[in-house]
Amino acid sequence: MAQITLVEAINLALHRAMADDGDVVVLGQDVGRDGGVFRATLGLLDKFGPERVIDTPLAENLIAGASIGMAAEGLKPVAEIQFSGFSYTVLDQILNHAGRLRHRTRGRLSCPMVLRTPCGAGIHPPEHHSESPDAMFAHIPGIRVVYPSSPKRAYGLLLAAIRDPDPVIFLEPTRLYRLFKEEVADDGQSLALDACYTLREGTDVTLVSWGAMIYETLQVADELSEQGIAAEVIDVATLKPIDFDTILASVAKTGRCVIVTEAPRHCSIASEISAHLAEHGLLTLLAPVLRVTAPDVVVPLSRLEHHYLPGKAQITAAVRKVLEFA
Amino acid sequence: MTTAASFQIEYLQFLDPQGKVVNSLPEFATDAAKLVELYRAMVLMRTYDAKAIALQRTGQLGTYASMLGKEAVEAGIGAAMAKDDVFLCTYRENGVQIMRGVTIQELLLYWGGDERGSDFAVPRKDFPVCITIASQCLHAAGVAYAMKLRKQKRAAVCMIGDGATSKGDFYEGLNAAGTWQLPLVFFITNNQWAISVPRTTQSAAQTLAQKAIAAGVAGVQIDGNDVIAVHHAVTEALAKAHAGGGPTVIEAVTYRLADHTTADDASRYRPPEQVADAWKREPILRLRNYLSEAAAWDKAREETLLKQCNEQVQAAAQAYIDTPPPPLEQMFDHLYATLPAAYFAQRAAIIGK
Repeated sequence: MAQITLVEAINLALHRAMADDGDVVVLGQDVGRDGGVFRATLGLLDKFGPERVIDTPLAENLIAGASIGMAAEGLKPVAEIQFSGFSYTVLDQILNHAGRLRHRTRGRLSCPMVLRTPCGAGIHPPEHHSESPDAMFAHIPGIRVVYPSSPKRAYGLLLAAIRDPDPVIFLEPTRLYRLFKEEVADDGQSLALDACYTLREGTDVTLVSWGAMIYETLQVADELSEQGIAAEVIDVATLKPIDFDTILASVAKTGRCVIVTEAPRHCSIASEISAHLAEHGLLTLLAPVLRVTAPDVVVPLSRLEHHYLPGKAQITAAVRKVLEFA
Repeated sequence: MTTAASFQIEYLQFLDPQGKVVNSLPEFATDAAKLVELYRAMVLMRTYDAKAIALQRTGQLGTYASMLGKEAVEAGIGAAMAKDDVFLCTYRENGVQIMRGVTIQELLLYWGGDERGSDFAVPRKDFPVCITIASQCLHAAGVAYAMKLRKQKRAAVCMIGDGATSKGDFYEGLNAAGTWQLPLVFFITNNQWAISVPRTTQSAAQTLAQKAIAAGVAGVQIDGNDVIAVHHAVTEALAKAHAGGGPTVIEAVTYRLADHTTADDASRYRPPEQVADAWKREPILRLRNYLSEAAAWDKAREETLLKQCNEQVQAAAQAYIDTPPPPLEQMFDHLYATLPAAYFAQRAAIIGK
């Protein structure tokens, strides 16, 4: 088994899916000869040819819309939008078509497509490369939204997304693409698409996060454990639908919950989880649910980027607050 | 200075507004029986169209978009397409859909607010009506790509209106069709009006067909009230597509004789003289004139046909009216292939179980 990065795990899953199923095609800007600007599609062109690994014209809406047409004809397109800030263009196609094709034809046509895009801040890129559109996509009926936070989960969840019969938005934490390595077996095993992943068990507080913020959240949990505080860490991983049962069960055990996201606060997925806990877990709570989020501002350019992203200090402060709540 | 590129757009017409032959007819049109078939289809469309408006006016149908005046476009395309081609259309293409096997009952169900109307018994691979303007141009590119990848002898036909050619979606789909040499026909119905905005406001381009040139695609303009021209142009474009010759853009010049939809009042923005003038060029009259002249049609046959069309449409309308609303759980049951457990409670709350 090889130690690989998250972006290498995505590449591995794409190779696997294309080898397993001749209906899988990969399309996007620079996904062919260049292997993708992050190299997520490296080697696919040589192995599977230009008919299945398609360098598209520079048109995001085309990438999404053509995927819908391909999917309706029985192909399984895996489309790449180069950066999350460019993904807003495709909202029309995802909202008005991908998410409703099965529904509006009563199952006559369907849309088994995956739309991948790198997501989140923290890599000092130019403008429009650091967005967190997770809540925006999660608001759309009829689709799934997935956001892995480790090489293993990236591999298993991407395979699951490609094999799923419905449209999946697959968000990739750019900041984690090459931050650490993990052993990933290329065993073709997919992971469940509507399950949270409990990364660390604990009894004092539940830390809920997803995407790149899992990294800092786990570090905080480590630091807390040195102080004798046992934090349970849950990677939501699938943002639509959300496995609330796992979160509720954890909070029933700990009584305290901090939700960590790098997306802006207003109408965020953190808000949805918090509301769900208020509706269904209120009597198990020993303290208010706290959200650690980015502020409701435009993602700053690189000089201020790290003041925008929530850090370990904010997560730790929120944990202290829920622990000290009388 | 030298010329970097130049182009010309050809115009195709066989029957003039009076039904006189102005160009030598393509082979299929020399068989009067074939033209009679098209004529019958056009009259059925107009009968259906009038019935749909009557149902809407009497509160028995939702908002409806009339195809009055574009029956030649509809019949020409419907007759030219092969069964396993894929049709992607706007909300004003019920005529083609009828010819492809979609039932009038299904069409009325859709306009009457029932998703089951888009679950066509045939043709199973055709797309449902696209309301968001021009967005189906991108689906068409994907559909045609899949056909080409699988080396199938099939093609996609994507219909849009004159207003849709102003949208980026059209250009993105067209551009992809050109660069990928897709088996795809873009058919633009230029009916002069995008709700209240006239063709002249839409674009400074002399023709809409020439927009194809920018994408390296062949473009032709035709008389959209001449069913022979429509049938011929689409047949040629599909033959080219089936043979691996790539995409074509066809602009059919016609006129929207009706309001935009039953929710519109076109008298607010266009002069009645213009509409009256357009009626002189309408498609059904000119074909009837031609067929009568050729002794292939007469009053008795016309009366029989009208009676048949009325009966067929009436029966379909009754079947639509007699269809009970869909079960509530259908809101959830086709959302995903398998409804995720996260939505079980919402489903139960809606259906009261």
